[in-house]
Amino acid sequence: MKQQFPRLLVLVFGAFLLFQFFMPHEKSEWLYEYLLDWIIIIGIFALAIGIWSLIRVHVDKIKNKKIGWQYSYVTLAGLVGFIVFGFTIRNGAEWGWYFPFVLSVVGMFLMIIQAMASRAKVAMFAGLAGVFALTALLIGIFDKAFSFHFATSEGLQAYMFVHSFDFILIPIFATMFSLLAFFIASAAYRAFRARSIMATLLLLSAIIVMLRFNPYLEPVFGSYISQTSSWLMNVPNLAAQRAIVMGVGLGIVATGLKVILGIERKYMG
Amino acid sequence: MRSIITFVAVLSLCVGATALAQTDSVLVDSAGVTPVQPPPAPVTNLQAVDTDNDHGHSITLTWDLSVDDGKGQNNVLSYQIFRWFPSLMDQVDSLRGERSNARSTMRAFRSDIPRAEHALNELREDPGKLESIRFEVSIPADDSAFVLTTDYAITALQDTIAVMTARLPEIKDGLEPLQIRFEEALAQLPEAHNQYPNDGDWEYLGAVVAGNTSYENSGSKDFTAPDFFPDYTDLYYRVEAVSADTTLRSEAILVGPVHSSGQWFHTGKIPVLIFVLVFFVLTVLFVQVAKKGKELYVRPLAGIEAVDDAIGRATEMGRPILYVLGLGSADMVATIASFTILGRVAKKVAEYQTPIIVPCYDPIVMAVAQEVVKSSYLDAGRPDDYDEDAVHFVTNLQFAYVAAVNGTMLRELPATNIYMGKFFAESLLLAETGALAGSIQIAGTDEIAQIPFFIVACDYTLIGEELYAASAYLGREPILLGSLKAQDWAKAAIVIIAIVGMLTTAFGWPGFAEAFHVSG
Repeated sequence: MKQQFPRLLVLVFGAFLLFQFFMPHEKSEWLYEYLLDWIIIIGIFALAIGIWSLIRVHVDKIKNKKIGWQYSYVTLAGLVGFIVFGFTIRNGAEWGWYFPFVLSVVGMFLMIIQAMASRAKVAMFAGLAGVFALTALLIGIFDKAFSFHFATSEGLQAYMFVHSFDFILIPIFATMFSLLAFFIASAAYRAFRARSIMATLLLLSAIIVMLRFNPYLEPVFGSYISQTSSWLMNVPNLAAQRAIVMGVGLGIVATGLKVILGIERKYMG
Repeated sequence: MRSIITFVAVLSLCVGATALAQTDSVLVDSAGVTPVQPPPAPVTNLQAVDTDNDHGHSITLTWDLSVDDGKGQNNVLSYQIFRWFPSLMDQVDSLRGERSNARSTMRAFRSDIPRAEHALNELREDPGKLESIRFEVSIPADDSAFVLTTDYAITALQDTIAVMTARLPEIKDGLEPLQIRFEEALAQLPEAHNQYPNDGDWEYLGAVVAGNTSYENSGSKDFTAPDFFPDYTDLYYRVEAVSADTTLRSEAILVGPVHSSGQWFHTGKIPVLIFVLVFFVLTVLFVQVAKKGKELYVRPLAGIEAVDDAIGRATEMGRPILYVLGLGSADMVATIASFTILGRVAKKVAEYQTPIIVPCYDPIVMAVAQEVVKSSYLDAGRPDDYDEDAVHFVTNLQFAYVAAVNGTMLRELPATNIYMGKFFAESLLLAETGALAGSIQIAGTDEIAQIPFFIVACDYTLIGEELYAASAYLGREPILLGSLKAQDWAKAAIVIIAIVGMLTTAFGWPGFAEAFHVSG
């Protein structure tokens, strides 16, 4: 039963989604969109499991003093900090006790983590967590400089939330992405080494395609380079791509059928 | 002099009479000075039908060209289409507009109040920031000599905040009754359409240039959208042929009532349905053949055969295996294929007692991957070796995920990295870092743009559909190999059909290729 019921669900919903592709009716569309909404709902619950998994992994790192365990504190503090920033909004001109509040919440969380990770002094860290929690609670009750917004998305406009995202996270993402330029260069160097006939052909093709965008070569070679480059991109390259797309399409249909028919069920665990 | 005037007058009359004789359709107005063309002839055979193969909310009009379109008087410039709307539609539009305005005002106020407060705080803290505050202060429009001062800006901001704060609850309270009135009006729409031609008017929908014989009037199924198009409602249309002078138009041809509704089957997708059914039959057939024990040959894939060696290498080196499921969500077929490969890899890993690390981008994917790995350890007879944290969530931000996985690669120095699933811009960032860390790397993705990156940076790459075939290769279960065989046969059939289609089209018989045309 434990195996049969999920398989039955997969068969019913899989078959429905397969036939829904051929049914443009509004009611069928509605049901399809309704089912897709479930993914969002399941995703929200799964996110909680995900965050718990993240906490467990970092607690384990701290507990066992694995390489770079100190950074786990930064990760967990960032996690809690962002959650607090997203749920609180400053009300007026003054920050009041907002930052002591944020620090208290983060401190409370880190003390709980420390208590989980410690083999000794668990009571001490638990006590400290309580002190931080009490401090945060008192500030939260009595300080009118900020308010909580749990039910609406107003917190996403909060100064600290927006500024932390724009001025900390975005530059870090841009840095990661910019590494791609250097990695492309190093990967291209390895790929273009003319060790065989095929690699030499690849090198020549790459040179032609790259030279296409060089404005100084136009007067020397005329349009030959751009024409050759266009041919390379539109004929052999496109032909290969189409072959892959066709194979991918078949593979998707085959996998879909295998899943619906219950032939492939390893994904169920 | 008199004889010259008489000669000119007679000549004019002669020319005029000749012109009139040549084109009898050109009329002379009452003053006898300006020639006036007659209006173009109307369209004929006007028909309005529910548009095929759609979800409803659309009507297609077709007609035969006016006799003056491209011939005859040749004076048709376009065809204008009108639809009859009941007066109630104006009320519905008005209520919809009010409702939409109220919602957008609420949204704007909710975003503007904190912004205005922030600007106010900045001004109070530093009056010199007048030029740099990020909120527009309203200034008197009729005073050209007005100079904006900090005090004025503070007062104006305070007033703005007070007004917005006071109006916000008013708007919120008024929204519900507005919604009820709007829905009531919507419910009365079909009845109002039945009252044609009373209590309503024609409205211009659009035009098509001369020579066209069809027009599709479609709209949104969303009743809150301004272009909402009601289904199962009597609709009436009018088409007029119009000349360059828009006042000169043909007699209006009317058609109606016509209903729009959705279809339960898309006839334009019949070739796809046939293909799916044939493929389904092939799959079942080959699975049955495989079940009977017949040996099925499938060509070897280097990337798959390398998986066993890579796990062996990791065991010998005493290092873990890193398995990356990509950025796909659990509903993507590439991710599902990746789960099955993970299951096979995890089973072998469990047998060899080698650690495995599976950092996940999506929490749902993580939950599924945990179950897959856990059951693989169980299948291998080593449930106690399963580490719950082996499969863990990292983040669902693309580059943060890259940073975390790259960090894992450089710290843990896994012997083998396996990338299977959906990958985007992070593919090369991951694969190059893995190459720098000295790991054996096996990748597989169906994202065409990322395949070259994996090919240059990894030792083995599964290209496109090989990713889907990998689980069958790894498991060597006859039932899975049977489906793989069906896939190969389908591919062969597609190649043959493509060649036949090319040849028949080249030799002037496009009917064969058109039989496979899929619309929508």
